[in-house]
Amino acid sequence: MKFTLSWLYDHLETQATLAEICTTLNRIGLEVESVENRGAAIQPFLTARIVEAVQHPNADRLRVCRVDAGPGFENVQVVCGAPNARTGLSVIFAPPGTYVPGLDITIKKGEIRGEASGGMLCSLRELGLGAESDGIAELPEDTLPGQSYADFAGLDEVVIDIAITPNRGDALGVRGIARDLAAAGLGTLRPWLAEAVEGHFPSPVEWANTFPEACPWVLGRTIRGVKNGPSPEWLRNRLESIGLRPISALVDITNYFCFDLGRPLHVFDAGRITGGRLTVCRGSGETFRALDGRDYTVTAEECVIADQAGVQSLAGIMGGEASGADDATTDVFVECALFDPVRISLSARRLGLSSDSSYRFERGVDQALPVAALEAATRMIIDLCGGEASEVVSAGEPPRWERTASLRFDSLATLGGLAVPADESVHLLEKLGFEVRDRTAEKVDVAVPAWRNDVAQMPVLAQGDILPADLARAAAEGVAEIEAERDLVEEVLRLKGLDAVPPVSLPRLGAVPGAALEPRLARHALARRVLAARGLTETVGFSFVSSDAAARFGGAPESLRLLNPIASDLDQMRPTPLVSLAAAIRANSARGWADIGLFEIGPAFSEQTQQCIAAGMRAGHTPRSPGVAAEPVSLWAAKADALEILRQLGVNPEAVTTTADAPGWYHPGRSGVLRQGPKLVLARFGELHPSVLRAEGIDVPVVAFEVLLDALPEPKRRKKAPPALSAFQPVRRDFAFVVSDDVAGENVLRAVRGAERQLVTGVSLFDVYAGPHVPEGHRSIGVEVTLQPDERSLTDAELEAVSDKIVAAVVKATGAVLR
Amino acid sequence: MSDDLDILRHEVLSELAAVTDLKAWDAVRVATLGKSGRLTGLLKALGKMAPEERKLRGVALNRLRDELTQAVEERGRALEAAALEARLVAERVDVSLPPAPVQQGYIHPISRAIEEMTAIFGAMDFQVAEGPDIETDWHNFSALNTPAHHPARTDHDTFYLPPVPGLDVARVLRTQTSGVQIRTMLAQNPPIRIIAPGRTYRADHDATHSPMFHQCEGLVIGQDITLGHLKGCLIDFLRAFFGKPDMPVRFRSSYFPFTEPSLEVDIGWSRKTGEIGAGEDWLEVLGAGMVHARVLANCGLDPRTWQGFAFGMGVERLTMLKNGIPDLRSFYESDIRWLRHYGSDPLAPAMLHEGV
Repeated sequence: MKFTLSWLYDHLETQATLAEICTTLNRIGLEVESVENRGAAIQPFLTARIVEAVQHPNADRLRVCRVDAGPGFENVQVVCGAPNARTGLSVIFAPPGTYVPGLDITIKKGEIRGEASGGMLCSLRELGLGAESDGIAELPEDTLPGQSYADFAGLDEVVIDIAITPNRGDALGVRGIARDLAAAGLGTLRPWLAEAVEGHFPSPVEWANTFPEACPWVLGRTIRGVKNGPSPEWLRNRLESIGLRPISALVDITNYFCFDLGRPLHVFDAGRITGGRLTVCRGSGETFRALDGRDYTVTAEECVIADQAGVQSLAGIMGGEASGADDATTDVFVECALFDPVRISLSARRLGLSSDSSYRFERGVDQALPVAALEAATRMIIDLCGGEASEVVSAGEPPRWERTASLRFDSLATLGGLAVPADESVHLLEKLGFEVRDRTAEKVDVAVPAWRNDVAQMPVLAQGDILPADLARAAAEGVAEIEAERDLVEEVLRLKGLDAVPPVSLPRLGAVPGAALEPRLARHALARRVLAARGLTETVGFSFVSSDAAARFGGAPESLRLLNPIASDLDQMRPTPLVSLAAAIRANSARGWADIGLFEIGPAFSEQTQQCIAAGMRAGHTPRSPGVAAEPVSLWAAKADALEILRQLGVNPEAVTTTADAPGWYHPGRSGVLRQGPKLVLARFGELHPSVLRAEGIDVPVVAFEVLLDALPEPKRRKKAPPALSAFQPVRRDFAFVVSDDVAGENVLRAVRGAERQLVTGVSLFDVYAGPHVPEGHRSIGVEVTLQPDERSLTDAELEAVSDKIVAAVVKATGAVLR
Repeated sequence: MSDDLDILRHEVLSELAAVTDLKAWDAVRVATLGKSGRLTGLLKALGKMAPEERKLRGVALNRLRDELTQAVEERGRALEAAALEARLVAERVDVSLPPAPVQQGYIHPISRAIEEMTAIFGAMDFQVAEGPDIETDWHNFSALNTPAHHPARTDHDTFYLPPVPGLDVARVLRTQTSGVQIRTMLAQNPPIRIIAPGRTYRADHDATHSPMFHQCEGLVIGQDITLGHLKGCLIDFLRAFFGKPDMPVRFRSSYFPFTEPSLEVDIGWSRKTGEIGAGEDWLEVLGAGMVHARVLANCGLDPRTWQGFAFGMGVERLTMLKNGIPDLRSFYESDIRWLRHYGSDPLAPAMLHEGV
């Protein structure tokens, strides 16, 4: 909402400075977006008159002008190259020292081809004001020299732009802003009264209303014999200063009231209304051309205004091209109506059309203003365009907008944290237009002004359907009882200024705060640190990806495809963060950073649910160092990453089994699934499938893992038994087993571990070999077993027995042969 | 000393002087002091002598034995020292070379900021709550007093998902994490103190808007929570987060459908230097307000009994301000160079006792 200071002064009598006005606007909820002063940059430019212009003695295209630019510059010689510089012309003069914004130079006294030049005559383009550049600007003949051009042209205007929140329809007019500023103590609201204009004849256009739900009340009147044309300069300046294009006096007048009072109006060319009647009704599929030149098709949900010939206006949103007022209009019909905010809002959204008018109706207009606004508009039309007014015609009834609200004074402290004295509270409300109906020591009852549609409205609830009925009912009664009071508390605090409320730190609930994160979330944080500590760098990728990429990583179901994606490659909720990571690897690799490790802990979406996955990718090669060659990233690194998260998050590594059935985006022979028990999948890891890499455009090796954090069992908080710290040295023995290739190596280690639970305290893999001396289709698996005696050193016989037991267990479990 | 002993002494001493390695030294030692050594032989021969002679000779032999033993040991130690010295010289390496590289990992600045927020609000007895990114229209809007026609909805360019069978409300990508507040109020009895950090989505993409970003919302419900607590809590947080105990904080009236009174919060900064917490200018950092009576009632709380405040802040925005990060889009581009520059070390998590 833009307005100028002088426009504000029409409604507000104040001594306040611009800075005070802006600070106050910000404080009371009318946030200042910008303050612009178009005149400030061109303040030094003066109006002037060319007293005499003669040919330059030394240059064909130059003229030497004697210029009168008022006091101090009565007789200045200026050399000018403009073809239109001629004797008697009124011009814009830049004295020496003036910065010329359009040229980015500062004027100096000087000589041009031997003739002194003490300034410059300017075009509007040089002032940064327009495109015209064919010579210097020509001002009206009788312009008095020596005025500031900015003042002369009405450009010395400060334009303030404020953001109006959706509840404050009343502040979408300059008067509403003035009222708020006055209430906040910044001056006095000037009285505004619309003088009635007597009707001299019955209006030849009447109203009918068949859609009162959308339009409870509509007024209008005809003014005949008007002469439309350009508006007077003051009105054009006002509209231009806030960024509106002047059109014609009749249209400009409606725009003026739209911004002055926040009161949308519409003017029809009465001569183009067929049948002498305008009907407020539902649309019925007609296509209609609005004033913006576009065609709109209206449904029965739209409220339109139609005559015998058809739809003439999208009620409250935009008028029609066919019946609009133009320079040929002699009889005009002015519409002033109340429209239902919700219907206007829904129609505007359906039609994809928003206007200054619909914007105001959506946010609520002054319910009591239509009669006065119509009188004021009639008066201005007659003043500017002449003509004679008809009687007022109407349809429907003025709505019952009157409401009251009560404020218990102590609620200012108990809710607002500020004990505002009762008298002050009442005074502030009165300045906003609330009228006191009753007052006691504890509370005041006030009538809500017609323009405050946001106060003391009927509460509309959307209570959760799982609520027990009695709770829901009590809560609803509570709202009905106190909502209006909250509205008043807000008004008083707003004007008082929230900075006046003393801050109070939240009271402690206990001496030492408890954990802010529940165990599940704490584990996410730990997983993040684990991965970063393992050399991977965290990324944050969008939750939506391209559906093609999603399909490569497990699926792109229709139900997870956005109906209105912002880009075609951001249309699908990702099935795993790996999709985002693959794109990141590709992008970094393309920049020359291929040897990196990335991870993301974030959401993965499936049709059933959303889960949190810790996913990572290692790409390219391991670093070289003296004696260590670079190696392609290995799936063992990915498996180690996954296992380390599991271990850190409390999963017993011995309880984890690996199966070779990872999903399709992994290399089928170089990937696995980590499970606890046969069903519970904890993680997946492996090399990415070569086809996936090709489709992703990645040309370096990539290994990946996904830990399904939400699937991990909650770690049990068990008290640890003290460790058995044996006094005896452990014994280490190596075994090599030849097993068939279809036996999982993991089973060998597990069998060893299970063979003698007391003595075997460690099993590690030291060798895997296939080749000569090992049968085809088999491999040799070498394990080192740590035996830890507890009470005494093992005898040779005991060692022998344990070894036999281990071998027997492995043979039984895996069909292996001791090598 | 008799001549033979003198000769022996000289021979042994010169042999010792001549040896250059421990092996040769050991040969001399054995040849002199060993079982069959020359001196040992002479000592053994003592027994066959006459007592008188033996006495004199014994004294001389013992003296010689002590002297030679000491000479042998000294020479041995010297040779050992020389050998060690030689080995140390031989083993010298160029220690100026760098060790084998270890890849350093980093935590994303968004995670770091959420950690810091969690630490600070945690110290004020808040708990972290979570909810789904795909919300129902009711959780994201209606329950928050933002019905379908509400003008505030047009400000939220909402992403929609197709309807699913069995669910008769529209599904949206949450435009705010407020749905978590709703879920919390439905699930637990007050008093409530939660923050809800998480991903949020709006269909907007330009230099200052991203279609996905993060919010941290907060909710405090009690019986006597006032706007004064709202101010205190947010001032306490902002000053701790920016590490500026005197940072000016300003509160301006505003409007949100889900709070009343509503307000926006500015912090002081200098437009000229960009310094936070100093200077003449104000920077908007978050929105807040007292929870609207209708929102409480929509969640089954009687607003005559319960009241409180809610707030919402943009995680990226606060992170950008705190760390001087110029471009919002860079947060999601996963450029390893940017991540290494702005990322934080996993071994230095946000802990109040070490300073956030």
